[in-house]
Amino acid sequence: MDRVDETAQVRSLVLDVPEWAGHLPGQHVDVRLTADDGYQAERSYSIATPADGNRITITIERIADGEVSPYLVDELQVGDKLELRGPIGGYFVWQPSDGGPLFLAAGGSGVVPLMAMLRARVGARADIPVKLLVSARTADDVIYSGELGVLGDGQSGVEVIQTLTRAQPPGWSGYRRRVDREMVADVAWPAAGMPRCYACGPTGFVEAVASALVGLGHDPKNIRTERFGPTGG
Amino acid sequence: MGFVSKGFRGRPKVDAEAGRVPPGQYVTRDFPVLSAGPTPNIPLDQWGFTISGQVDKPLAWSWAEFTALPAEDVTVDIHCVTKWTKLDTTWKGVSVDTLLKDVPTAAEFVMAHSYGGYTTNLPLDDLTGGKAWIAYEFGGEPLDPEHGGPARLLVPHLYFWKSAKWVRGLELRDEDEPGFWEGYGYHNYGDPWREQRYAGD
Repeated sequence: MDRVDETAQVRSLVLDVPEWAGHLPGQHVDVRLTADDGYQAERSYSIATPADGNRITITIERIADGEVSPYLVDELQVGDKLELRGPIGGYFVWQPSDGGPLFLAAGGSGVVPLMAMLRARVGARADIPVKLLVSARTADDVIYSGELGVLGDGQSGVEVIQTLTRAQPPGWSGYRRRVDREMVADVAWPAAGMPRCYACGPTGFVEAVASALVGLGHDPKNIRTERFGPTGG
Repeated sequence: MGFVSKGFRGRPKVDAEAGRVPPGQYVTRDFPVLSAGPTPNIPLDQWGFTISGQVDKPLAWSWAEFTALPAEDVTVDIHCVTKWTKLDTTWKGVSVDTLLKDVPTAAEFVMAHSYGGYTTNLPLDDLTGGKAWIAYEFGGEPLDPEHGGPARLLVPHLYFWKSAKWVRGLELRDEDEPGFWEGYGYHNYGDPWREQRYAGD
């Protein structure tokens, strides 16, 4: 196992999983922790990487009063074992053979399963145009910001659009507000092109993106969502 | 049990009476939202509910007709396969027993159909005998669209994906067939007390 700091609150865990059967970008795993008295707690975490042999990466945000995430982010050490089950979920998935164009909308740590899709698209060198809208509170809260900067340089057919909802660095040229219909109209592919749309994030974010897309004429069947509420682990 | 997670000392944030929380679940006071697609917008004057399939005569209700049926207030615990449990939730709705009162059928299974295309399958016996409702109020208020309004199926003794949001009808069937999540690897029956989360559990 390896650990990668993504932001002050978010860490990726690179896991070697014996006999991992592979997965599709967008799927998740269930992680189970067991205390020495037998007490157990389980939570679901999205896989951040496309299939790569026995190796998967999960990215975890530390929830301040969470039961599981502080342990995974702060206490789990390289070499420790982790009990997990998966892959789970088969609807919120995309692979290059599904085609595009692709519109991905990420609120906060909702970027994780979308990053698996984006990495699959880039890894396959597929000629599928992708737009990724990332919403975060501040520049320091953007997960994978270095990699997104490289991928979104305009050379690879991938465009990354960011909105920072709470504070922006000097000279910021991106959006400065929570996602709304006008923003989705500006950044999403036109409905006429039948893009595949994926939105993941807190409920309010996903509701705003999905309802804006429907209002703009996108077929609801082409809009797939994954939401997480204020609770979690 | 696998192995001990060294140093893990987590404990639930909300204590609950023993016996009320199924294995692997934790109690939340929030009401998280989980949906596979956009929330459908269903004007009440276009809403309808049907009983179809293996029945002599299909039944259909408008919103006005449906909400004029005898309704029940129920307080139940609900359990989501994503691990949260919410205790003492209060609903108002029509018992499925009321809907099927004058419907002779030899069907053993039901496919619930929703606006937006969602489906979920259940044995008919799990919808009758005071175990299931078509609910249209939550906590004394009209059911929020995010939580399945105008009306959702409420089958609290099974994992909550069986309680189809935006429900528009029950199709009575002779043969079982997987619904939406059941076709993506989730358990066909989904008993939280036997932790039937995924196929094979």
